[in-house]
Amino acid sequence: MAAFPATRHSIVAAMRSARPDERRSAFDALVTAYWKPVFKYVRLKWHASPEDAADLTQAFFLRAFEKDFFAGFDSSRARFRTFLRTCLDGFVANARKADARLKRGGAVTLIPIDFGEAERELRHQAGNLVDDFDAYFHREWLRSLFACAADRLRDACAARGRADRYAVFEQYDLAPEEGDRPTYAELARRLGLSATDVTNELAAARREFRRLVLEALREQCASDEEFEAESRALTG
Amino acid sequence: MISEPALDRLSAMFQGPDVTGTRYELISVLGRGGMGVVYLARDTVLDREVALKIGERPSDEANEARILARLEHPGIVPVHDFGELPDGRLFYAMKRVRGDRLDRWMATERDLGERLGVFLRVCETVAFAHAHGVIHRDLKPENVMVGEFGEVLVLDWGIARELQNSEGKSQISGTPDYMAPEQARGDAAVDHRADVFALGAMLESIASSAPVLAIARKAHSAEAAARYQDVQALAADVSRFLAGRAVEAHRERLVDRLARFGRRYRLPILLVLTYLVVRLLFLWIMRS
Repeated sequence: MAAFPATRHSIVAAMRSARPDERRSAFDALVTAYWKPVFKYVRLKWHASPEDAADLTQAFFLRAFEKDFFAGFDSSRARFRTFLRTCLDGFVANARKADARLKRGGAVTLIPIDFGEAERELRHQAGNLVDDFDAYFHREWLRSLFACAADRLRDACAARGRADRYAVFEQYDLAPEEGDRPTYAELARRLGLSATDVTNELAAARREFRRLVLEALREQCASDEEFEAESRALTG
Repeated sequence: MISEPALDRLSAMFQGPDVTGTRYELISVLGRGGMGVVYLARDTVLDREVALKIGERPSDEANEARILARLEHPGIVPVHDFGELPDGRLFYAMKRVRGDRLDRWMATERDLGERLGVFLRVCETVAFAHAHGVIHRDLKPENVMVGEFGEVLVLDWGIARELQNSEGKSQISGTPDYMAPEQARGDAAVDHRADVFALGAMLESIASSAPVLAIARKAHSAEAAARYQDVQALAADVSRFLAGRAVEAHRERLVDRLARFGRRYRLPILLVLTYLVVRLLFLWIMRS
């Protein structure tokens, strides 16, 4: 994933930085957080083929970087996520009108995006019948946010020599289906831990995961007010 | 990829209180009431569903759990476990009861005897609590559960008080339609007759027959001194009605008394009448 400055300030604020390296780094982090929701949204809402959706996604981020789309964001008027989606809709509509042949790449080399992976995920999502695209984009963004926090948790556990902690979390909380979830006793047997260790490791992993999710959320908000509103929405 | 079930699971982790470090996982909200929220939760150690009550303030659940632990009765849900959440709030786990809340149970077709049978079971439980010095203070159909095996459980002891600790002006809590006037005023003198008042309000919603309504109104009197003085007396009057006997709260007219006598001794009266008719027929046949 993109290396965002260690201070973990707002990506949105960093995109307005006077320093090009900071702007670029923030932009990479933004693409990491949003490319999948954007790609899937374009595929489903705009009925784009996988190839067109991939081109549109790359071109959208490229144009956004070149033209400073996101510099005009005002956090007192909307959530950044809503603003980005509005920009995206405008961009795709114009691209369709102009019937422009979109090209990947350009002056800026975007971080590698695995559209094949996103396409596989779309195939796994039953039916893909969406009637509320706002809710769909939110859910995909949430999936991306959690995936980002899970990646950070895995890296942090590995760095501290606590691979068991992430393994417990992965096998229990990230199990793809309810039927795949082991009991604590099964998990203990699989990982060679005691049941108490499983309880403790899972509790620690969840605490860390919550913290990392909020940290990633903070990065994606432009202001404290937006972060508070977003975290309230997340925590019900 | 984070699958749909995993996404729901992770989202749920952020909804509601943080229960990490406990043996429970929250599944859904079962209800909100007396100073807290009751969640359907999974006990991950014993792999079973439980009801987990989490209070709004640290002291709420300690009081309720202590009271429930003291009251071992088939009409009171047993407490399995008690503990503290990372944010300092206390919780307790209790048996998950499957069934219908009394208000929903009564909304289906039930005969009067069945309804009053359930009411008497509630009275038994409340009388047991009173005998142990505890008043519920929030009795209402929503706080009674009729289980799938016919068990009747009184729930939500969140604002219950121990009689010995009820000195001084009390905090006003309860449900307006079921709250005795002295409880609504926050009087220090609230005692077990506040529960008699609430039971009267419940009984009024259960039956519309004149004697039962008379019992309900007596229990529901504004003046505590005019009510049944304890739950046993209330239950005894309801039992008398069910047995076809005169109830204390209802002065009968002669015609009512005869009708009740007829209902109570229907079979012997029928036998005597049959005997008399057969006898008259026999005499008439012999004469002709």
